[in-house]
Amino acid sequence: MSTASPRPAQPLHALVDCNNFYANCERLFRPDLRGRPVIVLSNNDGCVVARSQEAKALGIGMAVPAYRIRDLIEREEVAVFSSNYALYADVSQRVMRVLEEAVPRVEQYSIDEAFLDLSGLADPVALARALRQRVHRWVGVPVSIGLAPSRTLAKLANAAAKRWPATGGVVDLRDPHRQRRLLRLMPVEEVWGVGRRLGRRLRAMGIDSALKLADSDPALMRKAFSVMLERTVRELRGQSCLELEEAPPPRQQVLCSRTFAERVSALAPLREAVSHFAARAAEKLREDGQLTRQVSVYLRTNPHHPREPQHHPLVTVPLPEPTADSRDVLHAALRALETAWRPGHRYMKAGVLLGELVQPRSWQRDLFDHLPTRRRSDALMQTLDRINRAGRGRLFFASEGIRRPWQMRRDHLSPAYTTRWSDLPRVR
Amino acid sequence: MSASPLPRTPQDTVTLLGRGGEFPPCPVPLFEDRVPAGFPSPAADHVEKALDLNELLVQRPAATYFVRAEGDSMIEAGIHPGDILVVDRSLEARHGDVVIAAVDGELTVKRLELRPRTRLLPANPAYRPIELREGEALELFGVVTSVIHSLRG
Repeated sequence: MSTASPRPAQPLHALVDCNNFYANCERLFRPDLRGRPVIVLSNNDGCVVARSQEAKALGIGMAVPAYRIRDLIEREEVAVFSSNYALYADVSQRVMRVLEEAVPRVEQYSIDEAFLDLSGLADPVALARALRQRVHRWVGVPVSIGLAPSRTLAKLANAAAKRWPATGGVVDLRDPHRQRRLLRLMPVEEVWGVGRRLGRRLRAMGIDSALKLADSDPALMRKAFSVMLERTVRELRGQSCLELEEAPPPRQQVLCSRTFAERVSALAPLREAVSHFAARAAEKLREDGQLTRQVSVYLRTNPHHPREPQHHPLVTVPLPEPTADSRDVLHAALRALETAWRPGHRYMKAGVLLGELVQPRSWQRDLFDHLPTRRRSDALMQTLDRINRAGRGRLFFASEGIRRPWQMRRDHLSPAYTTRWSDLPRVR
Repeated sequence: MSASPLPRTPQDTVTLLGRGGEFPPCPVPLFEDRVPAGFPSPAADHVEKALDLNELLVQRPAATYFVRAEGDSMIEAGIHPGDILVVDRSLEARHGDVVIAAVDGELTVKRLELRPRTRLLPANPAYRPIELREGEALELFGVVTSVIHSLRG
């Protein structure tokens, strides 16, 4: 057999993960918070969803209800923030952009994580170090990078880069001996795709470390658990089974929903909430340059209060033709709400879902472009979006309400530093 | 415009622009006589892109932030209170650059001097230069590349 043909390059994946992302976003324009513990709370200021290194050192756990650590917050002068999604999304986009400009194949995995395909590059570790420095300098948030022949190993390498500062934030896990050394140190629950529930079952079989999982029989794992776990085993052995997707499909749905600060029973405040979600959803739709053909509204009562009457309706209204006009979406959403709502229930959440999305081009839009109504609609929506983006107050539909008692509580919200002209950071 | 009878919230000011009338959904007839689809405008080939200020002011979008100036410490450098500063974090700060730096936990805009020693200079004789304390490193946020100054408030 001939061995002259060149060997294809070993796959090499890198996981870039922002360190304590939300907390470091909050610190970006606040040099006074350097070295201070920072925590970020979930919707309605309920639980801790992000912690700075200093907050972790204080023993503040993930998902801890804020009221339970009130004394600690006061004593240690912990800086507390409500989730500022506008800020995090903007910073996230900047990080992704820096990565995309440097590496041809980038797949964003979450708001603060991206996989890079570094296969075939001459010196991937030097590149990773340079990228880490560049993201920190250009955007202002620190990242860690793990490199390995599979994505599951890259994820573990990244965890190691975060845990041990001596690594300089970059861990290269190409060497099989290093892989085994690290896998031995990692509890099985920390393996990507395993988690606590599966971890418990694996432990019952004597598989307590990532290394033992790697050394288990893939066929057996497939039979006992799933194809996914079999793949995980192969990935831990350094075989790349999960492929980097070249182009994620365009958004299939637009969802805008919120948990209310207080339970809502009456139709009037629900109309306001649903109007607001509908207007926001239509705005998102226009940002994506898409049209919708179907508007759904859902309501939720609190399932943790089983003695209260439960009601979880979802009502869908089809639209006569694809639209991105807030007025059409709002009109349909309110009709759906009238059908969905039932008196005598305490709703905790409502949402508006836009489905059957189409690109203006894939739908024969040109046919109608010349119609004055359609042209006016586009112009009106563009004006609306332009004014709202300018940040000097918002134009909204009267049905969205003005006081919005249903709106979620965000008592500790930082300014929309990067997305509103009125909120720019101030310098003296 | 008549005074709005609606209650006001403490933090937001809401101006009612007037009643917009009913918004009937706009039904679109499926076919009309004129069907221009498939015939692009002959002018389409000659369209030049409109000028975009972003192109002029923002070299690296991912590394560029906008901040708002307060106070008059940089007035002689043409930075007035309320001006918007374009800040590029990707640039290496050089002697003489106007920079944003963190001083005593606050962001400040000053001129950077690297020679004979590193310090931050105001552009207003009423203010004193900011000297670094012994062993203190200068914490730079970014380099100011442009000032956006509105002439009509």
